[in-house]
Amino acid sequence: MSYNFKFDVLLRYLPEIAHGVLLTLQFSIVTMVFGLAIGLVVAIAAISPLTPIRLAARAYVEAIRNTPLLVQLFIVFFGLPSIGIRLDANTAALIALSINMGAYGAEILRAGFEAVRPSQIEAGRSLGLTAGQTFRHVVLFQAVKSIYPALASQFVLIMLTTSVVSSIGATELFHQAAFIDSRTYRSFETYTLITVSYLVLTLGFRAFFAAIYWAVFVRRPRR
Amino acid sequence: MIREFGSVDVIYLIASARWTVLLALTAMVGGGLLGVIVAVLRVAPFKPFNWLAIGYINLIQGTPLLGQLFVFFFGLPLIGLSVDAWTAAALSLSIYASAFFGEIWRGSLQSVSQRQWEAGAALGLTYSQRLGHVVLPQAIRISIAPTVGFLVQLVKNTSLTALIGFVELTRASQIISGATFAPLPVYLTAAAIYFVICFSLSQLARMLERRLHVAR
Repeated sequence: MSYNFKFDVLLRYLPEIAHGVLLTLQFSIVTMVFGLAIGLVVAIAAISPLTPIRLAARAYVEAIRNTPLLVQLFIVFFGLPSIGIRLDANTAALIALSINMGAYGAEILRAGFEAVRPSQIEAGRSLGLTAGQTFRHVVLFQAVKSIYPALASQFVLIMLTTSVVSSIGATELFHQAAFIDSRTYRSFETYTLITVSYLVLTLGFRAFFAAIYWAVFVRRPRR
Repeated sequence: MIREFGSVDVIYLIASARWTVLLALTAMVGGGLLGVIVAVLRVAPFKPFNWLAIGYINLIQGTPLLGQLFVFFFGLPLIGLSVDAWTAAALSLSIYASAFFGEIWRGSLQSVSQRQWEAGAALGLTYSQRLGHVVLPQAIRISIAPTVGFLVQLVKNTSLTALIGFVELTRASQIISGATFAPLPVYLTAAAIYFVICFSLSQLARMLERRLHVAR
């Protein structure tokens, strides 16, 4: 083996990597927000008294969860233009990611609703709280506490998953790898460095979310 | 020449799904073998082993599979192994799967109550008898449903190997899409094929989970 590993040539591209990190975070946050919004609608639709709405919600969740994101992405980016919907890579990526996240978000939120027992609401009401106060002080807090770990790990998962959208040319961290690779011809070093950057992000965010959990739910001022 | 997207292409796509299935099966076996080692190291009563396993799991679960694929694809030739896309795909998916199997199986092992161990000891069973006759049979039953559930992820993730040029269902769709200029029907067909495979596995996992609950 006579390969010279050269990581130092990549140092010049640190600004590109930092920029990629920002773009990836942007993708992740927007995906999370849109995905949860879709998920909320779907989770409510899934408990609708109307059977067709329930079935539609079920079908959406199953269709998304049982097909690869990459194919969903190709359908949005390459498929939709043939029916007249032309999107640029970043928009297509955001739409595909949000639709994908919506299916998982729906399941997380459903679990959150179910985590709060009806007796808690009755207890709140019998203490003289209004419906709004009961929701704010009793239901919301417990629901958020129970789904927080799932949301936190979902965020990290999304962050790793966004790497897939580089395949249609959406600009994020993994896309920067292709750029640096094309400039340096140091494929192995480049992809190793980018992959390790994701690891740093993952570990950083896990610690960050754990700290928030501790600050909000564990070390809690008595109310 | 551009041709129409027809039944021949659908058959080609279905046929190319065998590589998707084969890759998932390979990763299942390879990842399963490695996963056992990861799970054992993770619960072994020797701290450095635990740290090693935790580090490994964090490394694999904390980086994108796409990154792992590229690192193997470009990295293996550097240590003198000439790798084709299949080898890089099979190897990185196996390693990816092993981290998840390791965690699933560790969880299954630890979810068997400590009292079961004690009960075995009280009956005079040796450690290996307790493990083999008391704990493992229960742990395996618990682990079956989540293991099958993870296979859904594995099948879906084989699609990423298309990006290093391995011709499985997704790569085949790209090729057909290029030849027919009919991306929408092509990718929808591919999605439908994935759905058939993954939905069957999801339902199987659900059924196994229900059956397990009855048995308890």
